[in-house]
Amino acid sequence: MAGHVDALYFALVAIAAFFTFLISALILFFAIRYRKERNPHATQIHGSTALELMWTGIPLGIVMIIFVWSAVIFFMQTRPPKGAMEIYAVGKQWMWKFQHTEGQREINQLHVPAGRDVRMIMTSQDVIHSFYVPVFRIKADVLPGRYTSTWFHATTPGRYHLFCAEYCGTQHSGMVGEVIVMDPADYDRWASGGVDGSLASAGEKSFQQYGCSMCHRGDAAGRGPNLVGVFGRPVLLDDGRTVTADESYVRESILNPGVKIASGFKNIMPTFEGQLSEEEVIGLVAYVKALGDGTANLPLPVSEPNSGTYPVAPKVEGSAAKSDKTATPPAKAIPAKPTAKQ
Amino acid sequence: MMETASHTTEAKTNYLNADYGVKSWLLTTDHKRIALLYLGSITLFFFLGGFFAMLIRLELLTPAGDLVLADTYNKLFTMHGIVMIFLFLIPSVPAVFGNFLVPMMIGAKDLAFPRLNLASWYIFITGAGFILYAILTGGVDTGWTFYTPYSTTYSNSNVITAALGVFITGFSSIFTGLNIIVTVHRMRAPGLTWRRLPLFIWANYAASVIMVLGTPVLAITIVLVALERLFHLGIFDARLGGDPLLFQHLFWFYSHPAVYIMILPGMGVISEVIACFSRKRVFGYDFIAMSSIAIAVLGFLVWAHHMYVAGISTYAALIFSMLSFFVAIPSAVKVFNWTATLYKGSITFETPMLYVFAFIGLFTIGGLTGVFLAAVGIDLHVTDTYFVVAHFHYVMVGGMVTAFMCALHFWWPKMTGKMYPEGFSKLSAVLVFIGFNLTFFPQFLLGYMGMPRRYHAYPPEFQVLNVLSTAGASILAAGFLMPMIYFAWSLQYGKDAGPNPYRAAGLEWMTASPPPTFNFDETPVVTWEAYNYDEIDAADQNKGVEVAG
Repeated sequence: MAGHVDALYFALVAIAAFFTFLISALILFFAIRYRKERNPHATQIHGSTALELMWTGIPLGIVMIIFVWSAVIFFMQTRPPKGAMEIYAVGKQWMWKFQHTEGQREINQLHVPAGRDVRMIMTSQDVIHSFYVPVFRIKADVLPGRYTSTWFHATTPGRYHLFCAEYCGTQHSGMVGEVIVMDPADYDRWASGGVDGSLASAGEKSFQQYGCSMCHRGDAAGRGPNLVGVFGRPVLLDDGRTVTADESYVRESILNPGVKIASGFKNIMPTFEGQLSEEEVIGLVAYVKALGDGTANLPLPVSEPNSGTYPVAPKVEGSAAKSDKTATPPAKAIPAKPTAKQ
Repeated sequence: MMETASHTTEAKTNYLNADYGVKSWLLTTDHKRIALLYLGSITLFFFLGGFFAMLIRLELLTPAGDLVLADTYNKLFTMHGIVMIFLFLIPSVPAVFGNFLVPMMIGAKDLAFPRLNLASWYIFITGAGFILYAILTGGVDTGWTFYTPYSTTYSNSNVITAALGVFITGFSSIFTGLNIIVTVHRMRAPGLTWRRLPLFIWANYAASVIMVLGTPVLAITIVLVALERLFHLGIFDARLGGDPLLFQHLFWFYSHPAVYIMILPGMGVISEVIACFSRKRVFGYDFIAMSSIAIAVLGFLVWAHHMYVAGISTYAALIFSMLSFFVAIPSAVKVFNWTATLYKGSITFETPMLYVFAFIGLFTIGGLTGVFLAAVGIDLHVTDTYFVVAHFHYVMVGGMVTAFMCALHFWWPKMTGKMYPEGFSKLSAVLVFIGFNLTFFPQFLLGYMGMPRRYHAYPPEFQVLNVLSTAGASILAAGFLMPMIYFAWSLQYGKDAGPNPYRAAGLEWMTASPPPTFNFDETPVVTWEAYNYDEIDAADQNKGVEVAG
């Protein structure tokens, strides 16, 4: 990627240098050739439409070529390849916190393997920051309240600067760290060393701790959608729109569930805004993602929804399961795209 | 017919000696006196902003943050930006030279609304007062861009006071723009058709349109920031369903066109001066005039190129990228036409002409590096680095401040009736050019190497280039301080300029220097195109007039 950016950059340097020298040389030449001592009488020239068209058209052609070239690079920069490994980042005044799917957590240091595509999924818990690694030629702002992402493919092991590039307050210039690019085997050893469970398993704990598992169940009695196989697929909403269940959608559905209700469900889930840390939300997202690709399973409900923590309401009128106490969840998984009547 | 006012001027009263006393200045409705009120105020603010800049450069001499505290540093670059943009650049050419010259160039006695004009200055000073108060009571640390949610929730500095100051100065800008637009439409001398107007008028007209249409959006945005900060309405707060990016859209919807408010009038200056010292009509008059209008229109359609990495969608970024490339074209057209104006001219090298050469060179680099930033694939790497800092200083200082210095030298004899010393002024022009390049060229390299902007401390490998930059800044400072001394000197000891020391075209040169209060003894009737240097030079030759300079 850095190579593509540099190629365009130096092409632009060449173009800029050419025009700067062209203009400077012309000015210098005219200033000497037509100085008053040598040319005491100016010749009045009103203009030339042919010249105007030429110096409108040629620059326009050049910049349109640059536009297309840079757009191609931009697509490469913004579209991570399929199968990229994922690392989550949380920016806060004034540090970077990273969470690896294997379970490693680190601050202001980002270990990544060389030779693999790495996608960063990032959010901020306060102001806007910007994730900037100059050697990778990438930068992406990190915003509160949403996920932004970027990706890179490191080639050479080593230690590289990581900067916050969006002004974020007093210690903005202290919000720096390093990206440590490792040999892939070393990375794997590092990533799995001394961790007590993956990010998804931490998410699973939260899923039970916060009572998510009481409604998001595998059985028909769940008052929320079954989350198995949902991630990455389209979800039909109750207003007829369809959204893709990506990280942002999962995040929003946790923190602000009323915004997009899956078709066939009621707006009964309480908001978790302000109750979960960004790290916990990330764990939950990772868990839902793992449910999506089958690398994790729904837990059995840990407690009966007996004390009225949440209003007991039937999921859908006419549903087969009027009882909340189905002992064994039926094997049938709710389709990823729930229909109005299940 | 052009010499009617020449030798009787000494005895006549002019706008400077028509009345005396502080009151005669503070209550004046004479556009020329108001222009001088603006000139005095913005000169003060220019040196205040420059003082902040020097402290910034001194801090960056060493990688460690050792001269000032991080908080102080953040306040310094914020106040440098706010003072330079809102209190110097935006009013610089429109409010000083636009005020002074627009009525004179179109043969009018004053602007259309003289009292509104005076009110504009008082509004400007009131706004500036709030900004100065914010500075004196602890400063503000959000950056001149006031990005949310930092400005609305997290900053502990005087955000509201400073924002209120910016809000108030905005009205001064709107009124000045309104005044110029109405004046150009309604008060042109008989025979002065639109296509006979000096290009300075076209450029200020285009800038005025942006001021009138764009500034209200800034005002609204600032009100929203203040409301959000005071009452936590949630407009920009994601936790309450708001969107911090909304602020950036609103802010840049004004602040990108504001760049053209700053640069367009400067381009107008260049067109006037290059014609005069080439003794030629400006090449491609229609194309330069129309390119000003094109810049004003396209300037409103490119704001999100400040936001490629901010979290806007891929396709939005691409559309804004393409539109940003388009806006490069009218600027290029101007540069080519100025260069072509020199062709077969009869060129002399007075100080204003040196600034013209500096402007074209520096603006070309500033514009071309803008193409780098429009290219979204490259912007991802260099945005928010020193590359951007270098780019906009090439446009704003290399372009606009250079044009301002050019205008100040060119019309100083008209404003004061005195010539500045040619030797010192040329030396200062050369110092500014060298100092400027030494200050800002290394910053392009720093940006490409990855040094983020607004950094109080930085990794040691960036030090060499930062030292060069600081060295350049001290030369630049000397180049800007010298004119203060020789302009003041010239008021007492300068040669009398006479009505038209450069044998320049334009109605403003057909009256006395300094001009009488109502500019012209009789309203001129225009029967010629702008930049009729052939007629002026032919007339001079017949009369044997010695050309000064």
